[in-house]
Amino acid sequence: MKWILLTIVVVTTVLADLLQSREMKAAAVTGGERLGLVPIVKALATRPYLILAIVSMTVSFFAFLALVQTQPISFAVPASAATFVLEMALARLVLNERVDAPQAAGALLVLAGIVLLGR
Amino acid sequence: MKKVAKSYHRLMIAAETKRRRGAETLALLLLVIFLKPFSNLFLAWGMKGMPAEVSMNPLFYVKAMFEPLVAVGMLMQAFWLLFRMKLLSVADLSFVLPVTAVGYVLTTLLGRIFLHEQVSTQRWIAVLLIFLGTAVVGSTRRSNTL
Repeated sequence: MKWILLTIVVVTTVLADLLQSREMKAAAVTGGERLGLVPIVKALATRPYLILAIVSMTVSFFAFLALVQTQPISFAVPASAATFVLEMALARLVLNERVDAPQAAGALLVLAGIVLLGR
Repeated sequence: MKKVAKSYHRLMIAAETKRRRGAETLALLLLVIFLKPFSNLFLAWGMKGMPAEVSMNPLFYVKAMFEPLVAVGMLMQAFWLLFRMKLLSVADLSFVLPVTAVGYVLTTLLGRIFLHEQVSTQRWIAVLLIFLGTAVVGSTRRSNTL
């Protein structure tokens, strides 16, 4: 059960982060280079993908609550670092952000840590 | 001479603005780094007091949100979320993610100290690997705005 919950946490977090990054950058382009908290709340109300990001976050949050209810946070939280590796790969592929060799090597180290956590 | 003085003044203002924005971004980054581990601690603390079996009913989690410790954790997460969104509007995801991932290590430490969790040597090594991975990524800061 803990692996199912962890998978739900990871996938929904990744989805939320990618949508958030994409939408906040778009909002920053139209609203000036720096966003205050009020424009961010406004952006929430007008951008559907941002709303989808919030829904993903909610699902992720409930799954996380269920996970920490029965598992130690010293497992649940580091294991959720899987989002970091998946997001870095997707940031490169979907957002076209630059990921260089040291960054990729770092991501591999994180992946090794997660594998060790699961053993 | 007047023109030179005016240009110098403009340059100084630009440098001051840049410095202030850098300091603001750093403060924002520190908030984002520390808020999440402490919110995790409060959420776990509160959830440990709920019935042990995992519920598929969303109402169970809505109810859990009214547990005082869970509520404190959620409030911290709400602020973390807003500050993180603000940070994402000025810095790339591939910079924000590795730096804030230090929080995974901080959370493990908080779990060990406050929740008295048993953290085996193997788990510490795993956490250390995650930390090293984030440090390597964090040292290549070409895509950040700090």
